[in-house]
Amino acid sequence: MINVLFFGQLRERLGQDSMTLEYKVDGQQLDTVKALRSYLQLRPGWHEWLEEGSVLVAVNQDMSAEDAAILDGAEVAFFPPVTGG
Amino acid sequence: MKCMNRILVQSADFCLAHEYQLLRTDNPQDGAIVTFTGLVRDMAQDLPINGLYLEHYPAMTAKVLGNIVEQARTKWSIGGATLIHRIGHLTPAEQIVFVGVTSQHREAAYLANMFIMDYLKTQAPFWKKELSERGDKWVEPKVSDQIKSDHWE
Repeated sequence: MINVLFFGQLRERLGQDSMTLEYKVDGQQLDTVKALRSYLQLRPGWHEWLEEGSVLVAVNQDMSAEDAAILDGAEVAFFPPVTGG
Repeated sequence: MKCMNRILVQSADFCLAHEYQLLRTDNPQDGAIVTFTGLVRDMAQDLPINGLYLEHYPAMTAKVLGNIVEQARTKWSIGGATLIHRIGHLTPAEQIVFVGVTSQHREAAYLANMFIMDYLKTQAPFWKKELSERGDKWVEPKVSDQIKSDHWE
């Protein structure tokens, strides 16, 4: 299983703050950020909101690049660039 | 108190005098305390706002704020370090963020304090929404904040 989280404007646009996915879907493993992102982008209307470069990704709370590995049980968060302080 | 971190993310307000006293307590080797307090402004892009809503990613915020303070410790010799960031609904003039750093002499505390704020702005998973009569609007990241953060590398 992968626990997927969404924050900020992305959470509002997608209309949900989290979802749980099987690690293996449709015969493929969601074993990299790229694979997970591509899988989520298949959902109607989600493609443009999850484009690489416009949202950041953290795997187990660490900022991660497209080729970062995702292990079964991971927590993966997608969010816009941060604006705290 | 030497090398102590106090890192808090909370909706409640904080008291500058209390935080300052904590940084002084049991800390006779340090001769400098630098504090920074960030406030909510009543304007955004020259238009009035009623306040802010602050969202964050709790598990990651705790990790990132701890890392930022530890990075500051690798760059400068600092004693106590306090970092407080508020979340939730805030109105103009309210306190939003506090950074306090102690060191033996002032330069390390000044630099570490600025470094912590600059990194917090670009690394810590907080998102601000501006609330106004014109409708609510998520804040866009500033290029100038990224430049300030990058300049420490």
